[in-house]
Amino acid sequence: MSLARQNKRQGERIFWLVSLFAIALPLVILGWLLVDVLSDAVQRLSWQFITSYPSRKPENAGILPALVGSIYLIGLTASIALPIGVGAAIFLEEYGRHSRLAGVIEVNIANLAGVPSIIYGLLGLGVFVRALGMGRSLIAGAATMALLVLPMIIMVTREALRTVPMSLREACYGLGSTRWQSIWQVVLPSAFPGILTGAILAISRAIGETAPLVVVGALTYVTFVPDGIDAPFTVLPIQIFNWVSRPQHGFVVNSAAAITVLVCTMLVLNGIAIYLRNRLQQRKAT
Amino acid sequence: MASGGSNGKPPKIAAVGLKARFGSNEVVRGVDMQISERTVTAIIGPSGCGKSTLLRTLNRMHELINGATVDGEVLLDGENVYAHEVDPVLLRRRVGMVFQKPNPFPSMSIRQNVLAGLSLTGRAVRAEADAVVEKALKQAALWEEVKDRLDAPGIGLSGGQQQRLCIARALAVEPEVLLMDEPCSALDPIATARIEDLIHVLKERYTIVIVTHNMQQAARVSEHTAFMLHGDLVEFAATNKLFTQPSDRRTEDYITGKFG
Repeated sequence: MSLARQNKRQGERIFWLVSLFAIALPLVILGWLLVDVLSDAVQRLSWQFITSYPSRKPENAGILPALVGSIYLIGLTASIALPIGVGAAIFLEEYGRHSRLAGVIEVNIANLAGVPSIIYGLLGLGVFVRALGMGRSLIAGAATMALLVLPMIIMVTREALRTVPMSLREACYGLGSTRWQSIWQVVLPSAFPGILTGAILAISRAIGETAPLVVVGALTYVTFVPDGIDAPFTVLPIQIFNWVSRPQHGFVVNSAAAITVLVCTMLVLNGIAIYLRNRLQQRKAT
Repeated sequence: MASGGSNGKPPKIAAVGLKARFGSNEVVRGVDMQISERTVTAIIGPSGCGKSTLLRTLNRMHELINGATVDGEVLLDGENVYAHEVDPVLLRRRVGMVFQKPNPFPSMSIRQNVLAGLSLTGRAVRAEADAVVEKALKQAALWEEVKDRLDAPGIGLSGGQQQRLCIARALAVEPEVLLMDEPCSALDPIATARIEDLIHVLKERYTIVIVTHNMQQAARVSEHTAFMLHGDLVEFAATNKLFTQPSDRRTEDYITGKFG
């Protein structure tokens, strides 16, 4: 009896160690990465760095066009991808839930979510840049990015809609509301925190994406802030990629500083999302 | 089949040869019944006998389920609600529904819940809102308990209060008929008694059809009782007659507890 118990404890202890290792390993690597980047970045990180344009001299170079380009691109991507993604999810989940077409679409969306991002870049180059004549502009980049995050937004939105209990929809219908009224006023507000969380995760993925934008033609050396959706642009990851590939040590330091800015931007975005979600959930729960 | 509900007046709601299916599974197999205005009609029967489905065909909630179909007619004041030109949305504003589990809208306050039927359908009248809320909550016998906290969330109430809130919500759109699908099955005996008292008062103004698996409850609240078995309406008669001198052997077996 006592022996059996000890064995059980040992098993538990091993499992505890394995899970501890599983959480410690990525944390250590991530911490190492951050320390490595930050130790380089501190030399260069300053307000001047954020507000300057690129330059041939590493000590004068800054990230203003790339940072502004990234922010514009994300804003545009979100405003294209969110309405379409949420709308598509509503159609699949609320209107076409059991149709064969919805089943076929569902499989395809899951597949699309796994397609390498460079393929989306090629599609964007063919469709937006060339066929639709948008050129190498912000809007072409944003449209390509929207395509990239669309499958993910559709999937998380469907998941969120599914968590809204059927009884709430029935309550709406029983009161004589139309399907649209019940979706717009009861189902969507209930699912909103979940949709928001998923959407932010999808969009943060787009912030870090480089490959599709390289193909679509984001420039690597931009000395101006984009002044419209049809303007050429660059984004932070491309600026970083460009600097890392330079031989001078000064540019490597610059890229470390730019990485820090990029990571901070993502942290802020995710923080806002978590704050909004918690507030909305609290309002629902109290 | 029986038509115990008729007493000279034309019926408020009538089912004529009503059949309801889920896919190929026929759960209501040709029911005829007539329900008089301002009465309480109870539908009893064992689980799976089709009583809830029958109720849900009366305001066309049944067809919202995927694969669900209906044959036959339901007449509301003599008009077939399954006629091609009838809008089920408008029908459901005249034939309200209370569900088995209390389902107040979680993001809304008590007040917003009562007004939900009006605000959802774009008929909210701000000037009259307070009067509508007070009247509906009084009718649902909830006013005294919540009048000081109308802006508190509806899901903060107890189960019995939530169900009365749902009744108030259904009444606020001023339906003519109120369908209740086992409204007390999730409630304790005290809350159940309050809802039953409420039904007695509400029948002065509304035609009520209540599905219940509780025979004592049917006997307490209804004038007419329908007994269903395997999708058939076995017997439909005045409640005291059905419970004391049932004319069908199966009814007698059921109410004396021989099965179910």
